[in-house]
Amino acid sequence: MNAQEAVADTPDGATVLIGGFGPAGEPVQLIEALLESGAKELTVVSNNAGAGENGIAALIRESRVAKIVCSYPRQVDSRHFDEAYRAGRIELDLVPQGNLAERIRAGGAGIGAFFTPTGYGTTLAEGKETRVIDGKGYVLEYPIKGDLALVKAHRADEHGNLVYRKTGRNFGPIMAAAATTTVVQVEEFGAIDPEHVVTPCIYVNRIVHIGRAV
Amino acid sequence: MIDRQTLAKLVASDIPAGAFVNLGIGQPTEVADHLAPDSGVVLHTENGMLGMGPQAHGDDVDLDLINAGKIPVTELPGASYFHHADSFAMMRGGHLDVCVLGAYQVSARGDLANWHSGSPDAIPAVGGAMDLAVGAKQVFVMMNLLTRDGKPKLLPECTYPLTGLRCVSRVYTDLATFLITGDGVVVRDLHGISFADLQALLDVPLKELS
Repeated sequence: MNAQEAVADTPDGATVLIGGFGPAGEPVQLIEALLESGAKELTVVSNNAGAGENGIAALIRESRVAKIVCSYPRQVDSRHFDEAYRAGRIELDLVPQGNLAERIRAGGAGIGAFFTPTGYGTTLAEGKETRVIDGKGYVLEYPIKGDLALVKAHRADEHGNLVYRKTGRNFGPIMAAAATTTVVQVEEFGAIDPEHVVTPCIYVNRIVHIGRAV
Repeated sequence: MIDRQTLAKLVASDIPAGAFVNLGIGQPTEVADHLAPDSGVVLHTENGMLGMGPQAHGDDVDLDLINAGKIPVTELPGASYFHHADSFAMMRGGHLDVCVLGAYQVSARGDLANWHSGSPDAIPAVGGAMDLAVGAKQVFVMMNLLTRDGKPKLLPECTYPLTGLRCVSRVYTDLATFLITGDGVVVRDLHGISFADLQALLDVPLKELS
């Protein structure tokens, strides 16, 4: 299966979880394929809102993203997001990074909601339910699930088990578990010691072999 | 007044041997350059690593190995990698000993404002700032005591949007080091300024270290 085939059935309005933290773990080829698929009105959940001209930045440039859920949209070269945001063409749901990660984890783990101390007493908790537990303030946060997750891993075995490479792991394992359909681009195929599997194959639906970028 | 490098050296000298530490983006990153090689301090980066080494150069650059500021770094012996939910659980769960952050403002109670200037046309971005503020056992702030136009950044109340409530334990500045205690703000070190002159700069009542 190639990248285009792997994301061809993405409907308009889908919620897409996209892995990566900066360039590490960013599934660039899958995002390009999503752009080619023509899907629009997307809700994208990702740590950043794209930089330069590729990846999420290209999706935003081509007006495919109606809403982005992220922790850190502003970067030195996030011009396409900045422009769309200032023009009111994209909705931003800003979520503290650890809450974003835990909400995605909860989405894959069947948790209904959870109380977290992060953000308590700040503007990002406005309108949210809060509770004081043992003298400490907490905010109620709800899970995030995706229709589709796009993830980059280092290696997959023939069963779909995955390992990642260094800090490229970031959101991969939790996003793979939190989506209805998980598409993974890998640098290589090969055997993985069962003790070393990071994402078990139960979370993986489609695998695309891309190879290593040079 | 001490310069930026001396301040980084001072913070580094206060980090206990063997501590697990997260250094925020910007000025706090410079603390790493002054940690003694035998200190056993283990650096955490919230994008998913313990045992982070110095910045990578030349052939050592690997785009799969970056820090929270997205700068290529290296790994030290004993390093480990983990996903984002684990990384922030480590932080939120109180397993990090010290976190060093920059700040726009700190209140006398230890409230921190470091993520948003409050300017209505600014594009908001929070990253891991709020998680770091509430997570570590001790939160050290590093900043200049005064803004460029001479306004104090240690205040009775923050006027910028808050990052966390009552989370800062110490404030390291170019003019003095402050301990935020249940009993008020205590001045630990003075850097070329008298206690009276320091007090005259601030609306926060200060106590001398007893």
